[in-house]
Amino acid sequence: MDMKRDYYEDVRLFSSPAVVFWFIALLGALYLFPFFAENYYVYVANYIAINMIVATGLNLLVGYTGQISLGHAGFFAIGAYGTIILMAKAGFPFLLALPCAALVAAGFGFLLGLPSLRLEGPYLAIATLGFGLTITQVIGRMTVFGGREGLHAPDITIGPWVMDTDKEFYFLLITLTILLLLFMRNLIRTRVGRAFIAIRDADIAAGTMGVNLLYYKTLAFAISAFYAGIGGGLYAFVLKFIEPEIFTLMMSIMFLAMVVVGGLGSMMGSIAGAILLCWLDLKLRNILDIPYIGDWLEELSKNWFSITGVSNIQFIIFGTIMILIMLYEPLGLYGVWIRTKRYWRTWPF
Amino acid sequence: MIVSGIAVGSSYALMGLAMVIIYKTSEVPNFAQGEMALVSSFFAMMLLTSFNLNIYLAFSLAFMFAVILGCFLEFAVLRRAKEPNVLGMIVITIGIEMVILGFVSWKFGAEQKTMPFPIDPYESLFIGEIFLKKLDVLTLVSALCLMAVLFLFFRFSKLGLAMKATQQNSVAARIVGVRTNRIMMTTWGISSLVGSVAGLLISPTIMHPYMMWDPMLKGFAAAVMVGMTSLPGAVVAAYMLGIIENLFGGYISIEFKTVVAFVIIVAVLCFKPSGLFARHYVKKV
Repeated sequence: MDMKRDYYEDVRLFSSPAVVFWFIALLGALYLFPFFAENYYVYVANYIAINMIVATGLNLLVGYTGQISLGHAGFFAIGAYGTIILMAKAGFPFLLALPCAALVAAGFGFLLGLPSLRLEGPYLAIATLGFGLTITQVIGRMTVFGGREGLHAPDITIGPWVMDTDKEFYFLLITLTILLLLFMRNLIRTRVGRAFIAIRDADIAAGTMGVNLLYYKTLAFAISAFYAGIGGGLYAFVLKFIEPEIFTLMMSIMFLAMVVVGGLGSMMGSIAGAILLCWLDLKLRNILDIPYIGDWLEELSKNWFSITGVSNIQFIIFGTIMILIMLYEPLGLYGVWIRTKRYWRTWPF
Repeated sequence: MIVSGIAVGSSYALMGLAMVIIYKTSEVPNFAQGEMALVSSFFAMMLLTSFNLNIYLAFSLAFMFAVILGCFLEFAVLRRAKEPNVLGMIVITIGIEMVILGFVSWKFGAEQKTMPFPIDPYESLFIGEIFLKKLDVLTLVSALCLMAVLFLFFRFSKLGLAMKATQQNSVAARIVGVRTNRIMMTTWGISSLVGSVAGLLISPTIMHPYMMWDPMLKGFAAAVMVGMTSLPGAVVAAYMLGIIENLFGGYISIEFKTVVAFVIIVAVLCFKPSGLFARHYVKKV
C-alpha cells in the first residue's frame, strides 16, 4: 500500500491517481472561489495565502534546517518596501519588481545567515530579533521610505490587465502561492532539502559527511528570506498602504507561531497553521462582534476588566495555543492529523 | 549623559541578571521575563490606587507576588514540557509572555499611566557640578545592593551552592540529594523577584503594557553578549550598553539610538560566537 519500492516513487509529486484527482479538485475550488464569495472573504483568503507563503518559507528555516529566526518581519518589510519603491521610483512592472525586491530580501537573508554558522539557540534568536527591529527602525527613519507616514501602493497592471480589486488580485496571488508551495515541496525532496534536514539533525555530523555547512545554512536563510520578501511584496498590495508600524516584533512572533502551531518540518502543517492563526487573528480583532461570546465578554469586561483592552484577548488565546501545542503535541496540527488518520485507518476494529 | 546612561543600564542590568539566573540553571532563554515584571508592577499599582495601601506594604506584596508567579510558572508550565529543546523553550516562554501581556492590557487598559511614587521622577539633586535625578540614584543604588546580595547568595549560601550544582550536572546533583525540581522553582522565583525590581523602578516614569519590552530585550542582548552564563559579565555588559546607547543618542543621532545596541550585539557575536567572557562551548556530536 504505502510501501515505497524505489527512489523515484518516493520523490514523485503525486503518490496515486486519487491524489491527482483531489489536487485538481482543490485547484478548481480555489480558482472558482471568488465567483461565489463575498469581497470580505476574498480579502481573508488573500491574507491567508500571503501568510502561507511566509510560513512555508520560515518552516524551511526553522523546521527543516533547525535555525531559529525571530526577524522575519524584517524580510517581510524589505519585500513590501522594495516592491513599492521599485515600481514607483524606478518604473518597474509588478512582475519584475516583486522578485527583485524578494532577491534583495534574500541578500539580507544571506548576510544574516553568515553569523548563523557560529551561533545557535538563544544567541541566534537575539541576533535575528535584533535584525528585525533594526530594519523596521531604519525604514521608519529614512525619508526615501516615506518615514513614519508610510507609502501608498500603486495599481498593478500586467499587460492589458489592471488589478484594483481584491478579487482580481486574488487570481494572481493564488497562482503565485501554488507555484511557490509546489517549488518548496519539491525542494525538500531534493539533495538540497535532504542536506537541510541533515543539518537540523546534527550539523557537525552533516559537515563531516560532506555537507557544505557554509553553503547550505546561508542558502536556507536566503530562500526563507526570499519567500518572506515575496509575501511582503504581495502584502503591500493587499493593504494598499504600508507604514513601519506594521512590521513589528509581534509579526515575527506570529510567523513563528504559525510554523510551530502547524507543526515543525511539515508543509501541511505550515499551511494549516497559517490558515488557523490568520482566521483567528481576523476574527478576534473584533471579538465583541462574535455572537453570544461577545456579549458575555462585554459584560465581563465592564465589571472586572477594562473595556479598552478587550481586543488584547487575542494575545491570551494565541499564547495559550502556543503553550498547549508545545506541551502536549510538539508536532503541532500535523501531529494531530497523523494521529487521527492512524486512529481511523483500522476503523471499526 | 554618562550618568543617565548608567541609570538606564541599571534596569537593563537587572533584567539581564534575571534572565541569566534562569538560563544558568535550566538553559531556558526566558522571553517572558519582561512580562513577569510587568504584571508585578501593575499589581503594585492596583494595590496602591484601588486598595489605598501604604507604599512599603504594596511593594512588599508585589515582590511576594512576583516570587509566587515565578514559582507557579515553572511548576505549571515549564516542568510539563516534554523533550525540552531550545526552540521549544523559546516558543513556550513567548507563549507565556503573550498570555500575560494580553491579560495585563485587558485588565488595566492599554493607555499610558504612571505609578504614584513618593519620589517625583523629574526631581533632581546636585552633587558638585553634576545633577542627578533622584529616581536614577535610587535605581542605581538598589541595583547595586541587589547584585551584591545575589553575589553573596550564590557564593556563600547552601541554596546558592545547590543551584550551582544543578547547573553543572543535574543528575549528579540529584544523586547527592539536591531536589533539582525545587531548585528550579526557587530559581524562577528569585529571577522573577529581580525582574520585578526593575519593573517597579521603571513604572514611576512610564507605565503601559509594552513598557518592559525594551529593557527586557536590551537586558537579554547584554546577557547574550557576554555568554548568558556569567552574572557579573551580564551586569558589566548591560551598563556598557546603556552608556554607549546614551552617548550615541547624544552625540551622533538620537533617531538610531535604540538600534545601536543590536548592531553591537550582532557585531560582537560574529567575532565571539559564545560571548565575550565565556569559554567556548564544545558540543558533542
